[in-house]
Amino acid sequence: MLQDQVALVTGASRGIGRAIALELARKGAKVAVNYAGSEEKAEAVVQEIIACGGSAMKIQADVASEEDVKQMVKAVVDEFGRLDILVNNAGITKDNLLMRMKEEEFDSVINTNLKGVFLCTKGVTRQMMKQKYGRIINVASIVGVSGNPGQANYVAAKAGVIGMTKSNAKELAARNIQVNAVAPGYITTDMTDALTEEQREQMLALIPLKRLGDGEDVARVVRFLASEDAAYMTGQTLHVDGGMVM
Amino acid sequence: MAETFDRVKQIIVDRLDVDESKVVMEASFKEDLEADSLDVVELVMELEDEFDMEISDEEAEKINTVGDAVNYISSQS
Repeated sequence: MLQDQVALVTGASRGIGRAIALELARKGAKVAVNYAGSEEKAEAVVQEIIACGGSAMKIQADVASEEDVKQMVKAVVDEFGRLDILVNNAGITKDNLLMRMKEEEFDSVINTNLKGVFLCTKGVTRQMMKQKYGRIINVASIVGVSGNPGQANYVAAKAGVIGMTKSNAKELAARNIQVNAVAPGYITTDMTDALTEEQREQMLALIPLKRLGDGEDVARVVRFLASEDAAYMTGQTLHVDGGMVM
Repeated sequence: MAETFDRVKQIIVDRLDVDESKVVMEASFKEDLEADSLDVVELVMELEDEFDMEISDEEAEKINTVGDAVNYISSQS
């Protein structure tokens, strides 16, 4: 399905990014597994892909640093010869109530989650324009649509990503580069595992499909957007949230 | 300079699909050669590859005519 294509997934050492990297590799893509600090976990993802007969490399970069991003893109193209799919997944949270949120907490989330998408997209555009082919998939969040108390920084960044997806889609469409986004809802992670039974019940009450999502739920939609099946889509944000926000 | 002009001209003809006779030093990419902003960015990228050089964003923004491109490249080599 994605045979001979090369994908770069940012923040792919764990969570949703890890699931996306593995899913794209299962469909035949060569995958560059970006990480910021978790080298061992990134290496484990690479080994898992290789063990299944795929090709992968790990690549360290802070997506909020233009210099890091330039070197990352160069390293991927040097290794695999091209770059067809970029998944902007890297993200952090620094939740706090508005009145308690420090400027630094706001800035660092915007830098990684929003500026990082800008820098990585800019970084791959040259290669994709040359190829006259590219698929960029941004991992936003459903809270970027609905809002969420305690996440002014995160929600601003994710809403920004949804807007940027549309802008970049329009700008790059003439070059056969398509830009779409997914907006995951509540996805099982270390964070949701720590919830009490009561908190979990409250959360489920908001989800028509009555279950939390997992990384694979998101990864399969990303794989769809990266594939030929989505050839006539650009600028869209698909909600992967069990029906929470319609 | 003449050789640089010929190489630049060839790239413009290929990339923008315009008649050779239209590619003169005074020709403006956007007004005379019907390029859009993205075409110009791509053209600059291709010139970088052809002449094995890096053109900074600040310099690239000043390239509006064929002559601007030829003169910039000549000044760097």
